[in-house]
Amino acid sequence: MCRGYPPRGLELTQGAKGPAPAVMTKQVEEKKRVVVRFAGDSGDGMQLTGDRFTNATAVLGNDLATLPDFPAEIRAPAGTVHGVSAFQIQFASTDILTPGDHPNVLVAMNPAALKAELGTVERGGTIIVNEDAFNARNLEKAGFAADPLTDGTLEGYQVYRVPMTSITVRAVEELGLTRKEAERSKNMFALGLLSWMYGRPVDVTLNWLHKKFGDKQQLYDANVAAFKAGYNFGETTELFATSYVVKPAPVAPGTYRNISGATALAWGLVAASQRSGLRLFYASYPITPASELLHELSRLKNFGVITLQAEDEIAAANVALGAAFAGDLGVTGTSGPGMDLKAETLGLAVTLELPMVVVDVQRAGPSTGMPTKTEQADLLLAMFGRHGESPLPIVAAKSPSHCFEAAMEAARIAVKYRTPVILLSDTFIANSSEPWLIPDADELPTIDPNFATGPNAGQEFLPYLRDENLARPWAIPGTKGLRHRIGGLEKEDGTGDISYDPQNHERMTHLRADKVTKIADEVPPVEVDDPDGDAELLVVGWGSTFGTIRAAARRVRDQGRKVATAHVVHMSPFPPNLGEVLSRYQKVLVPEQNLGQLALLVRGRFLVDATSYTKVQGQPIFAEELETEILRMMEER
Amino acid sequence: MSDPQIQRNGAAGNGGGAVATLTKKDFTSDQEVRWCPGCGDYAILAIVQSFMPELGIEPDDTVFVSGIGCSGRFTYYMDTYGVHGIHGRAPALATGIATARPDLSVWVVTGDGDGLSIGGNHLIHALRRNVNMKILLFNNQIYGLTKGQYSPTSEEGKVTKSTPFGSVDHPFNPIALALGAEASFVARTVDNDRQHMTQILRQAAAHRGTAFIEIYQNCNVFNDGAFDAVREKPQGVHNQIRLEHGQPIVFDEGARCVRVGDNGRLEIAGVTETDPERIVVHDVHGRPSLAFALAHLSHRPIEPTCIGVFREVERPVFGEATIAQVASATERLGQGSVEKLLHSGDTWTVGAPA
Ligand code: SF4
Repeated sequence: MCRGYPPRGLELTQGAKGPAPAVMTKQVEEKKRVVVRFAGDSGDGMQLTGDRFTNATAVLGNDLATLPDFPAEIRAPAGTVHGVSAFQIQFASTDILTPGDHPNVLVAMNPAALKAELGTVERGGTIIVNEDAFNARNLEKAGFAADPLTDGTLEGYQVYRVPMTSITVRAVEELGLTRKEAERSKNMFALGLLSWMYGRPVDVTLNWLHKKFGDKQQLYDANVAAFKAGYNFGETTELFATSYVVKPAPVAPGTYRNISGATALAWGLVAASQRSGLRLFYASYPITPASELLHELSRLKNFGVITLQAEDEIAAANVALGAAFAGDLGVTGTSGPGMDLKAETLGLAVTLELPMVVVDVQRAGPSTGMPTKTEQADLLLAMFGRHGESPLPIVAAKSPSHCFEAAMEAARIAVKYRTPVILLSDTFIANSSEPWLIPDADELPTIDPNFATGPNAGQEFLPYLRDENLARPWAIPGTKGLRHRIGGLEKEDGTGDISYDPQNHERMTHLRADKVTKIADEVPPVEVDDPDGDAELLVVGWGSTFGTIRAAARRVRDQGRKVATAHVVHMSPFPPNLGEVLSRYQKVLVPEQNLGQLALLVRGRFLVDATSYTKVQGQPIFAEELETEILRMMEER
Repeated sequence: MSDPQIQRNGAAGNGGGAVATLTKKDFTSDQEVRWCPGCGDYAILAIVQSFMPELGIEPDDTVFVSGIGCSGRFTYYMDTYGVHGIHGRAPALATGIATARPDLSVWVVTGDGDGLSIGGNHLIHALRRNVNMKILLFNNQIYGLTKGQYSPTSEEGKVTKSTPFGSVDHPFNPIALALGAEASFVARTVDNDRQHMTQILRQAAAHRGTAFIEIYQNCNVFNDGAFDAVREKPQGVHNQIRLEHGQPIVFDEGARCVRVGDNGRLEIAGVTETDPERIVVHDVHGRPSLAFALAHLSHRPIEPTCIGVFREVERPVFGEATIAQVASATERLGQGSVEKLLHSGDTWTVGAPA
């Protein structure tokens, strides 16, 4: 089965494992957790490699978290540091919370990848390079004055030089591909090698290749050959003396899958549609990183989903709002720059009091900013970014799988309270993935559209007469006798007729605000994780810092120190007990990927002297960084 | 799991004609009409309200959507379902409604500022998509609601509050714009001609897809008389070129015609001095170049100007195609199941199956 390549050009470099015995007896070592980072040129297929490694890892039952990290340019100049695309995964036999701060293993497909990523690798970590790519031209493009493989740059790391390109080309040579096509499979070689190193199940990848390329025999054969070549290379050559096992993580019984935030969010919207009986109408304009939602939902037409790619962000919002008026679950999705444009329509939706969900997959701003990099700096925009008093509920997803629940919750609030709801996700959550205990579809919450079917005031129908939740009736066109006109002009309480009456405007302004405030009555209280109940410091977060905060708290507790954590999902209105929770602790720390937006809100709302910890580098906060900050704050008197 | 088919409340469908005698009153809301006395909008409202019953579509199955500007108020005066949206966005809002609900009769009312300036993008894309809705663009060549600034259809040199030394902006030709946007139905009428407007509305209502109607509308407060040359007697008689499909284009009580000039361009000439072979015969279904040339016969309505249907062609209707895709995907793949979706792809089970 080994496709006859003699291992050639394999030399051990500094720090690599010593000479292997003539007869191979590979050692197997057990590891609790491993962080692997695949890095290469944008065209090298690193996201796909990472993704497949992740799936095999998920199926094996390890807990895992991933962090895709790619450039904004679709085809950045090949071989340059700008063009480096990376995918990081942490997997473990225990539960883990983040993709890991520092990779234990870096797979670098070219010099640029090594240059870009070396700084993040743990000291003494493993570096596997595609030796074939380390030629003079590529070294120069990456900005290396000398060859880092030989000039001492990698002193202290375990370096494996593997001629991935040439072995791949030889492995597929009988298939009659062009050299370029043949080289393209080298990512599968890397995947095969890493699959061997960490004992990942081979059939998961082979099945996937079959599904993906089954009808393109030559491509299928090439990818399988490259994958097997990589796997066999690990097993048979002398270069690698040890492989590792990472046992499955103990988790609650049930059926699991791996899921990304983008997929979970799309599926959550579909589930909300099915559980409400409302058709999902998703209107959107292409924008990174929210386009994934449009793509995923566009595939799901057999769920009755309508998707519409609008002419611009404003139109997308208006189309969704129009669909809502017509009786659908109207949803639009975007990222920061699109949110700016949708503000106008959100204001209209606030005053029309129609159900609508607006998804903001946040990215680094301002303006175009760093489109493929993560940030959570749209909280205040979501909260206040419209003219006039225009309050609306906000739900923030905290992890990839949580996007499913958050999407259902956003839709539920929108429908029940007849209001636009902003659902905040971010690039990190959208692109990364984690194992998910699949919920029972029949146990998912139901949503009652509660359409108006007849008059609500004697013989009359008053479109702005409210129920006990202060929600107005949703009377859709076609309903006999309930025709009415609504618009952006201020409306008279009850009748909805145009009104410029000063008292009425004040009353309506309060009613709209009270309606949102009242939602807090059914928002679950924020949960506090404080094992002994006597910590002095509380770390409060929202959104994608969830994993980091828990991981940092665990590190602190492992040192015998006490720290409490709490994570907010309902950003507007806040959970009813949030103020009380905040006031219980002497110190409150709010880590965020912005310049202190939640911190500003909790200070303003609850008069709490919260300390802000911020990072805006387009990368998640690392557990290590937060741990240091928590410990520092504990020392402060 | 509940059926995702939305519960509809007895929508009547499009133009069944089974509805017992609707009258103008059924389409007239109880709201006090608040345009300036003498405004052309009154006439348009009255004509539309009188026309709607003939479609045989219940007011409960009719939706009017408007934007901002004097025309935006139209929605409040129609006793149908209605949304008065944001400035320029009515075509987008209506796209959502019409796509979700092909059973409804959807009408958009907009103006030259609303539809051609701030909402230009939505207008052209609605026309391109051929969404099933009728767009009435009240062109008064001025911003009325904001008290008299020049609009994207105001003539060059127009003196207004924002252009005290005269406008240096070149105006749009709304008909040419709609044709350029690939609109499948393009027409023009005038606010004070009940018969003509009713005829155009009738043809627009019968058209499948987006119908675009420019209505010359007199704003007697800020731009009085802008269309007198084609609107008022007696000049109107001389200057209205009434387009009729299949008919030679003759106007001015049979005295003048539109003919192909020696350079191949359309020109206006006396009938007596024109070889009948050279008189243009109007064709709404043919190549758009004729409609385009007719739109450009006059750039401003102060000389002989075409009214009537410029172009009418059949194209797939956006909402129908959208719904058809959903139906065919459902037929091919079966009704989607969330349970199956959640378990699609690689899964693994830990411990006893839950
Ligand atoms: S300002 Fe002009 S268009 Fe507006 S209502 Fe008055 S007359 Fe009519």
